[in-house]
Amino acid sequence: MEYAPQLYSAALRMTRNRADAEDLVQEAMLRGFRSYETFTEGTNLRAWLFRILTNAYINRYRAKQRRPDETDLGEVEDLFLYRRVGGLEAAAASLSAEDQFLDLFTDDEVKTALEDLPENFRLPVILADVEGFAYKEIADMLDIPVGTVMSRLHRGRKAMQRALYAYAEERGLVDQAG
Amino acid sequence: MADCNETLKELEPYLDGELSIEAREHIHGHLDGCADCQQAYEFHFELKQAIRRKASNDELPSSLLQRLEFCLREDFDGDGTVAGEPTG
Repeated sequence: MEYAPQLYSAALRMTRNRADAEDLVQEAMLRGFRSYETFTEGTNLRAWLFRILTNAYINRYRAKQRRPDETDLGEVEDLFLYRRVGGLEAAAASLSAEDQFLDLFTDDEVKTALEDLPENFRLPVILADVEGFAYKEIADMLDIPVGTVMSRLHRGRKAMQRALYAYAEERGLVDQAG
Repeated sequence: MADCNETLKELEPYLDGELSIEAREHIHGHLDGCADCQQAYEFHFELKQAIRRKASNDELPSSLLQRLEFCLREDFDGDGTVAGEPTG
């Protein structure tokens, strides 16, 4: 049960709704429990469970959520958010000392920016940035080459930054002069 | 030592801890002497931390915890019935 909360958070980001996330975690935990004899002692139990979760998600949902991933994202310049930090300085100045600049964004905004990524980009970003897995582990989980993990991460992260910046604009945090 | 272009290009694998020791030293050497790249590095380091912190704090529903505990204890196949008991 130790990993259930982490699996649930990842499942929520993957499925984007609570009922599906609960079903997915239940399925993954049961599969893990039943196939525990295939787990190699001394290897990473957490990575093994996330691999089962990711496979369960792909098997259950990929077919019905298929959409044109590559064209969806569009081109986003490198360092998108970083290049625009200047425009957010006035808003950042209002934060209390212990808050970091990125606390301008609410938890819900970060979650939504992540969940709105097309699936091909969403899964690598969840596994790398939220769960902290290595490129090789992610490549194994998603059954894609490491180079593909890197390029999807790169593009997915930029698209997420663009979404976050759009939230800042909507909330009037962006200094027009900057 | 790496230049600014090379450093910014390798920033993600550097942050993700995916570079070889030599490549890491190469980037590290540049960051030490370049305030602009160091600033970009710190921003993306904090961004990654913030995403992790803000997107992984969902509370496990107690209903799910109960389902899991029940399944692992009694209902291994997770079909809602207890193995070995008549269902009808």
